Amino acid sequence: MEKLRYERPVIKKLETGMPNKFGLRTEYYPKTQIDGVSIKELIKEHGSPLFVISENTIRSTYQQAKRAFTTRYPKVQFAWSYKTNYLNAVCNVYHQEGSWAEVVSGFEYDKAIANGVNGKKIIFNGPDKSRNDLTKAIKNDSILHIDHLDELYTIIELADELNKKPRVAIRVNMDTGIYPMWDRFGFNYENGQAWDALNKIMRSGKMDLVGLHTHIGTFMLSPNAYSIATSKLVDLALGLQQKYNHEIHYLDLGGGFCSRNTLKGAYLPGDDTNPTFDDYAEAITTVLINSSFPQEKMPTLILETGRALIDDAGYLITSVIANKRLSGGKRATIIDAGVNIMFTSFWYEHKITPAQNFTHYSEDTVLYGPLCMNIDVIRESISLPLLNKGDQMVIHSVGAYNMTQWMQFITLRPKIVLIDMDERVHVIRDKETIEDIENQESTPDYLKKFNL
Amino acid sequence: MKINKNIAISDNGFVFNPNTGESFSVNQLGVDIINQLKNDETLDKITEEIITKYSVDEATAEKDLSDFIGLLQHHSLIESNEKK
Ligand SMILES: Cc1ncc(COP(=O)(O)O)c(C=O)c1O
Repeated sequence: MEKLRYERPVIKKLETGMPNKFGLRTEYYPKTQIDGVSIKELIKEHGSPLFVISENTIRSTYQQAKRAFTTRYPKVQFAWSYKTNYLNAVCNVYHQEGSWAEVVSGFEYDKAIANGVNGKKIIFNGPDKSRNDLTKAIKNDSILHIDHLDELYTIIELADELNKKPRVAIRVNMDTGIYPMWDRFGFNYENGQAWDALNKIMRSGKMDLVGLHTHIGTFMLSPNAYSIATSKLVDLALGLQQKYNHEIHYLDLGGGFCSRNTLKGAYLPGDDTNPTFDDYAEAITTVLINSSFPQEKMPTLILETGRALIDDAGYLITSVIANKRLSGGKRATIIDAGVNIMFTSFWYEHKITPAQNFTHYSEDTVLYGPLCMNIDVIRESISLPLLNKGDQMVIHSVGAYNMTQWMQFITLRPKIVLIDMDERVHVIRDKETIEDIENQESTPDYLKKFNL
Repeated sequence: MKINKNIAISDNGFVFNPNTGESFSVNQLGVDIINQLKNDETLDKITEEIITKYSVDEATAEKDLSDFIGLLQHHSLIESNEKK
């Protein structure tokens, strides 16, 4: 083995920008525009709160991720994880960049088809695929990632019924040294379930086993877990080659890369400490390249990266409703965006920047949303300058999951706009109206009248 | 010599000492050494590891290691109540 270049061990104390118990001062400059579009103008035109998506950031982040992998490994394919953000406009930016679709439900599957994605380029994951969903996907030659044996047997039945050879892979779960281990999806590597499923598929002769899949977790701080996962999938693929002389086309390492966000309770900003695309790419591709696949038969590497691709492209502009002093003396600011549309505030200490000039006096503040609920806290502690009623602030890196997991609660969900590459603003999802909600309801006749 | 086992260390070289609230950055070899210390490896064993893995002679590796240990002590990452 060739020895590594030596650099003596060093340790340096970090003096500047030390976080205190109030967290880092978020910003020293106001964020007055996004991609050249004024925030005040956006709010005037579209109302507050407002989700804003930067097409430029989506494309540049995607290209950066792609480059990290393609410079290290020849065959790489991304598949956009719909659940992360399935606004059609967003999905289509990824499809224009060359991403396939990765879906986990019949609803998402139909969305991908409606967006015009070729059925062959849809990966269908998840534990709940109905017989109907499976039939549709098999007819379209989509790739089914089998989650459990019940599904495997249904696919065997459908193969006979439809007289087709479904393209399948299995989802494998495994120990990658990470706690908690995600063992509820797919077939376990260590206890032999995965091999059991592979044997069933190969012996049935009714399916075309095209790949192997795993998704080891989300916001994985350790690139090394991906090395372990890759080597376990490689091991299965080589085993299939040996046992059945069967060649796998791809290994799908799922999603799970960290975005630049800061996890709650972390002492340093995620931007400084989270692994980069290069770190993950190095961990995965090194294992692939050093594996014993023959050069011309290296499998394609599929990635279902979600949050790391979209988080930074999303902003939420919100306005100050009121300021308060809590009984203990702490300052509280109430804003017009609550946790019902900012699901990720349960996980992250989102970076938040005032949208107008401010003085350099700042104070430890708790940021509350407008819901009449105690859990409605956007940031428990953030050092913010004094903001007045009607001022705006920008919550950064909200692109992943918020626009799919948001809830309609006591008010209507806001608009979403996309700023395109030429700084033009497009509404890609309109504000909900009361009719949207009421149309779903019906009141039995006998409940329509009352006397108060 | 005992490393303070509470200290948190990330793959890419951030060290946090929860006892004092101080943060540090270390380079890759520093990360490796701290991790080995947390696993109670002896200094001899660590030196041996370094010279098999890196292109460095034993004397330099030993000297740099003891220098590094000194720094860890200085920053109270190692409990230095033991006799040398
Ligand atoms: C199967 C699968 N692939 C990809 C993803 C995307 O993960 P992430 O956003 O962590 O990259 C998920 C998310 O849970 C998933 O379940």
